[in-house]
Amino acid sequence: MQEFLQQVLSGIATGGIYASLALALVLIYNAMGLVNFAQGEMAMFATFIALALIDHGLNFWIAFVLTLAIAFAGGVVIQRIVIRPVERAPVLALVIVTLGLATLVNGMAGFLFGYVPRSFPSPFPNQTVNILGAVASYQDLGVIAVSAVVLVLIYLLLQRTSLGLALRAASHHPEASRLLGIRVSWMLALGWGLASAVGAASGVMAAPILLLQPNMMQTVIIYAFAAAVLGGIESPLGAVIGGFIVGVLINLAGAYLPFVGGDLELAVGFVIIIVVLVLRPNGLLGRASVRRV
Amino acid sequence: MRSRRRTPTIYALVLVVVIFFIGLPTVVTSFQSAEWTQVLIFAIVIMGLNILVGYSGQISLGHGALMALGAYTTAILVHRYHLDYLATIPIAGLLTGIVGFFLGIPALRLSALYLALATFALAVVTPSLIKRPAEFTGGVQGIELLPPQPPNFASGLFTQVTGAPSMSSDQWLYYLTLALALVLFWLAWNLVRHRPGRALRAIRDGEVAAAAFGVNIAGYKTLAFAVSAFYAGIAGSLYGLTIGFVSPDTFPVSLSFEVLVGAVIGGLASIPGPLLGGIVTFWLPIISNQFVAGQDWIPSQVASVFIKAGPAVSYGALLIVLMIFAPRGLVGLAVTLYGAVQARIRGAGERSTGQMPPDAQTV
Repeated sequence: MQEFLQQVLSGIATGGIYASLALALVLIYNAMGLVNFAQGEMAMFATFIALALIDHGLNFWIAFVLTLAIAFAGGVVIQRIVIRPVERAPVLALVIVTLGLATLVNGMAGFLFGYVPRSFPSPFPNQTVNILGAVASYQDLGVIAVSAVVLVLIYLLLQRTSLGLALRAASHHPEASRLLGIRVSWMLALGWGLASAVGAASGVMAAPILLLQPNMMQTVIIYAFAAAVLGGIESPLGAVIGGFIVGVLINLAGAYLPFVGGDLELAVGFVIIIVVLVLRPNGLLGRASVRRV
Repeated sequence: MRSRRRTPTIYALVLVVVIFFIGLPTVVTSFQSAEWTQVLIFAIVIMGLNILVGYSGQISLGHGALMALGAYTTAILVHRYHLDYLATIPIAGLLTGIVGFFLGIPALRLSALYLALATFALAVVTPSLIKRPAEFTGGVQGIELLPPQPPNFASGLFTQVTGAPSMSSDQWLYYLTLALALVLFWLAWNLVRHRPGRALRAIRDGEVAAAAFGVNIAGYKTLAFAVSAFYAGIAGSLYGLTIGFVSPDTFPVSLSFEVLVGAVIGGLASIPGPLLGGIVTFWLPIISNQFVAGQDWIPSQVASVFIKAGPAVSYGALLIVLMIFAPRGLVGLAVTLYGAVQARIRGAGERSTGQMPPDAQTV
């Protein structure tokens, strides 16, 4: 029982990482109906920037906030330069562009920072604390806290500010929003910036656990896809819940299913994606899609 | 009228290309033949992907995984059951085709975006999946394949024509791949020109309208998946034979991705596109690396990093630039240029006849 609780707790911690990246995916999906295959690579690149800042002697939290700001700016710039010219292109073209972006960013990171895995400093003490009989590390608790703060901030921004209202309006009814004086194109760029920043937070949280290298997020992005699909790809809350469920499920499968072990955890993520898509394509919280013909 | 006048030039062009590929091994080394074999293999799998993506409008990011299935089928049958390698190639194709058919069934319910997601996940998972069961698939080490010996008739003919002392297994595999590529390209050309091709394009351009005209949507969509997987299985089988071993590392995610890039660069929904795509997919990373390694002014440290990162950077950048400026790929560019030149030659009188631009498939 104790071990079970422990597995659940560390699953929630990794789930926070998946939830953040899944939320980033949902933000972009809502903005322009597109799954951003480059989201993980963008997060990885931002994490390298964070490491560079920390190596220059900055305090972890200052570096963290700076990284989010840089990632935000980077997301806006990417949307303006790369995505905007193909905004109206068919889905295939958009998917291919984000795949190209993913390879480009991955290659750039390898070029600039090398392929040797680097350890990433953790801001949390390397100790454990007892909760309900389960031993929890400060690292896990810290990751849960940081993801919770990020998710709540995004929720407040989207639901409680006029900017958030404009963002949501622009994605749901672009034409009407334009008539009301919302600059829809810039709202899309803003959405990319926000998604990029949220993704960067997940990268920085993942790096102390996974070691930082250009392919770090390739597994995380699969779990994030699973989380977003499970929650319903257009629902931010669904993505968050999905992230935690996926984190816990994968941890439990790795611990208790002998044939899964360490190396087939990725397959669990794949199975979640397939099962949800086949049985309930709208996910837990998504609305059934209605197509007008 | 237009197409009748164009036909002879097209046939001449096809003839030149075929003669070029038949003659190639007689002038290049055996090692270079092996390189061009891989070009042709890429062309085959890209042709299959082109039927799926270009003509039926469904996305697959998982064709590397299907290639892995074909390659492992051949490797296991040859290695464990001592089957003749020639017999395993159609088996690999058919088995992969059947798997593709069953993949196509859940794909019917998914939108293009979800399909991309699911097949992407498949590509990511495959390398770790094929490590099990280790006693069957060879685990991390994979399975080694002996180079096949050329049959007597082929080596006899080859030595007579070129005067070389013998035919290497690389050269034999080249001709085997070329023969299969020709057949598969011819089949694809027939497929897209006739009823199935029209049905697929109708579905791609308007599913509801196609259904209203009596097109069997589910049937044709799964057919596209099955045919596409069949091509990938054949290509995978040949790939395993050519490089001489199969292992999980032979089929990374990037392979699925490179194949899709090749399809897009060559030009979707066209028959010559996949051949161009195969050439670019194979040669682009090699040429960009050789170029960087040959530049003296680049410090060797930077060059060595670039050789690891370079293909990704050049692929990614090229892909984005192409999608923005030439979404119909190299073939699209060529058609546009050809049309512009023709209009210029014919003069202003015929320039604006209000004709639709030629469909990419008639090129």
